[in-house]
Amino acid sequence: MGTKVHMEALSPTMEEGQVVKWLKGEGDEVSSGQVLAEIETDKATMELVARGDGVLRKILVGEGGTAPVGSVIAVIAEADEDISALVRDGRAGAAVGGAGAEPAKAPQAPPAAQPERAAAPRPSPVAGAPAAARPAASAPAATGDGEDGRGRVRASPLARRLAADAGLELGRVAGTGPGGRIIKRDIEAALAEAAAAPARAPALELADYEDVPLTQIRKTIAKRLVQSLGPVPHFFLTIDVDMTGMVRARERINAFLGAQGVKVSINDMVIRATAAALQRHPECNAAWTGEGIRRYNRVHIGVAVAGEEGLITPVIRDADRKGLAELSTEFRELAQRGREKKLKPEEYTGSTFSISNLGMFGIYEFTAVINPPEAGILAVGAVEERAVVKGGQVVVEPRMRVTMSCDHRVIDGAMGARFLQTLRAMLEEPAAILM
Amino acid sequence: MRELTYREALSEAMAEEMERDESVFLMGEEVGVYNGAYKVSRGFLDRFGPQRVVDTPISEAGFAGIGIGAAMVGLRPIIEFMTFNFAILALDQILNTAAKTYYMSGGQIPIPIVFRGPTGAALQLAAQHSQAVETQYTHSPGIKVVTPGTPADAKGLLKAAIRDDDPVVVLEGELLYNVKGEVPEGEHIVPLGVAEVKREGSDVSIITHGKMVHVALQAAARLAKDQISAEVLDLRSLRPLDVDAILTTVAKTNRVVYLEEGWPLAGVGAEIVNIIQEEAFDELDAPVLRVTQADVPMPYAKNLEQLAKPSAQRVVDACNRVLYR
Repeated sequence: MGTKVHMEALSPTMEEGQVVKWLKGEGDEVSSGQVLAEIETDKATMELVARGDGVLRKILVGEGGTAPVGSVIAVIAEADEDISALVRDGRAGAAVGGAGAEPAKAPQAPPAAQPERAAAPRPSPVAGAPAAARPAASAPAATGDGEDGRGRVRASPLARRLAADAGLELGRVAGTGPGGRIIKRDIEAALAEAAAAPARAPALELADYEDVPLTQIRKTIAKRLVQSLGPVPHFFLTIDVDMTGMVRARERINAFLGAQGVKVSINDMVIRATAAALQRHPECNAAWTGEGIRRYNRVHIGVAVAGEEGLITPVIRDADRKGLAELSTEFRELAQRGREKKLKPEEYTGSTFSISNLGMFGIYEFTAVINPPEAGILAVGAVEERAVVKGGQVVVEPRMRVTMSCDHRVIDGAMGARFLQTLRAMLEEPAAILM
Repeated sequence: MRELTYREALSEAMAEEMERDESVFLMGEEVGVYNGAYKVSRGFLDRFGPQRVVDTPISEAGFAGIGIGAAMVGLRPIIEFMTFNFAILALDQILNTAAKTYYMSGGQIPIPIVFRGPTGAALQLAAQHSQAVETQYTHSPGIKVVTPGTPADAKGLLKAAIRDDDPVVVLEGELLYNVKGEVPEGEHIVPLGVAEVKREGSDVSIITHGKMVHVALQAAARLAKDQISAEVLDLRSLRPLDVDAILTTVAKTNRVVYLEEGWPLAGVGAEIVNIIQEEAFDELDAPVLRVTQADVPMPYAKNLEQLAKPSAQRVVDACNRVLYR
C-alpha cells in the first residue's frame, strides 16, 4: 500500500510551499519520520518528514516547484508496487514547476531511466502509467471535474474559449459531457452560479423575509467589498481622542466664518487633520499594486456618504492643501450630489485614503472595510462626553474614537500607530494643523 | 412562384442557354431521338436539330473526348452521362484532359464544358450503378463540381455551369428528377461556390449537399418536434467551396453533423470536418460527426440497401450525439 507525500501545512498560515531541496531521491529507501525534503513556507524553511515506509518512488514536484497545501508531491511505496493510480491522483493536483518535476499538463514522455526498473522485472509501473490511466479515463462517471486522469482538463474547444473569456478556471467546472468533458452548457451553468452566488443570503431561522433585488450600486458595493475583505489583509488600530480643543476651535471658526455662510463640521476638521497627518506619513498614503507599494505624493481623501441606495465616496482632492472653509464647502456640495447620485465618475474615484464617519448615527466605535487599492481607512465614531481619568481625577470631556483599518501588505503596526499619533496630536491641538 | 420538376428545371436551363448562345450544344447517349434517358432533353432534337443535339454510341471516353475537343475550338458542349457510374470510363478525358489543359497550355486553352448526369443510388440498381462519385471529381484541381438538390438550384447552377469557362461537373440524382419545387421565372442563375441555408436553426448544423438536402430537412423537421432547432446548410458547390458559409453556421450552433451520400473514407465530409477543426476549432462544443453511406459496395437487397444509405433517423441520432443528448 503506497503512501502519498502531501505538501503539509508547516506553518499556521501556509497555503502553498516551495520545495527547496529533496533530501531523498527517487529509488531511496525511506522510513516513517525521516526528513524527505526542505520546504519553504510563507515564514521559514521547514522539514517535511515521511509518513510511511518504503521506497521514494516518484517525485511529482521538483526542487524550486511550488504546490498548494494538501497536494501530492511524491509517492512512497514498495519497490515493485504499481503506483500509477497514486501518481495519477498526484498529477491531477495543481502542483507546478520545479526542476525535474513533470509539469501537470505536460504530455508524459517515457522516463529515460527509472530506478524501479531494476527492482521490478515487469515493465516499469511509472512508464506504464499512461496506458493504465486510459481505461480508467474512458469510463469515469458521467459527471466529473473534467480531469482525464493525466492532469489535463477535458473540455470542448468552445468551452475552453468561453471559460478563458470569462476568466473562469476550467478545473473548477464540473463536466457533464462524455467522460466528464466540460462543454458549453457547463460553462454557462458555472457562470450563472457565480453570478447568483453573491445574492445568496445566509439562511435565517425565521422564514419571513423579503428579497430585495440588487440595484447597480448595491452590486458594486458587494463586488468592491468582497474584493477587499478577501485578498486584503486588514488589521485595526484604535485611538481615543480628547476633542475638547477641536470642539472649541470649531465654535470659534464657525463664529468667524458665519458671515460667509460657512459652517464647519467636526467631520470637516477630521478630514483636514487626516490629510495633514497623511502628508507627514506618506507611507500610509499608499497602495498595494501587486508588484509593489505605491506611495502617493498627493492626498485625495474619499469620504463615505450614505446615499439612499447605498454608499458613495466622493473624493476631496488635495485635501492637505485646502483651507477648512474651502474643504467644508466642497465636501458639502459633493456629498449633496452624491446622495442624489449626480456625481461624475472622476468625483468618486481616485482617492488615496478614505474616511468613514458614523458618529452622526451615534456609533461609538467601529471598523471600516478598506477600499482597494488604498491601504487604509479611518472609522470615525461619535463625539461624546465621557468620563476619563486625567491626573488621578475623573473628568468629563468630549471624546472621539477613531479606528484605522490597515492593509498589512502596505502598513505595519508601528507605521499605522505613528500616523495615528500624529493624527491624534492634530485633533487634540487643532493649531498643529496650521504647522 | 411557379413549380417545376427538377427535370423540367434542368431542361429549361439547357434550352435557355442553347437559345441564348449558338455555341452551346448537347451530346450523349439517347439525348436526341429517345428524348433523353431521363427525358431531360425532351423535344430538344426537334427544337435545335441534329447538329446541336447529338446522339452518341455507348462510348463514354469517346464522346467525352469529342466534347473536350469541341470546347478547345470554341464551342460550349454539354455532355450528358446516362449516369456518372458510366462516366468512370471517361475519367481519363475528364481528369487528365478537361481538368488539366487550361493549366498545361499556360492559360491559352480554356475548356468551357459541362458534364452532367445523375450520381448516387436510386433504388436497387446494385453496386456498380449506385455510386456517389462527388469525391472523385472534387478531389481534382482544374474542375468545378456542383450538386443541385432542388429544382431552383438545378436550373440556376446548370446555367452558371454552362456559362463558366472551366469544366464543370453537374451531379444530379435519379430520385431527384421528379421532385417539384419553386423555380423563379426568367433569368435565374446560382453562382458557383455559394452555399445556401435551406433551413435556419440555432442548436446544431446539418451540412450537406445534393440529394441529401432532403434527408437533412426531414431530420431537421423531426428534431423540431423535440424542440431542437437544426440548421441545414446546402453547400450546392463542392469546388469551389463556400468556406465562409460553413464557418458561419459553425459559429452559430457550435455543433455539426455532415451528411453525404458517398462513402466515409476521404469523402467530402472528411474535408469539411478538416476545415472546421482548422478554422473554427474554438467554436466547437462537440466533435463533428458524419452520416454517410455504409463503407461497403451498395447491396442489391432492398433491406440491406436501406440500411446502407444515410437516413433521416441516422442524422437525428448524430445530431443528438453532438448535442450530448
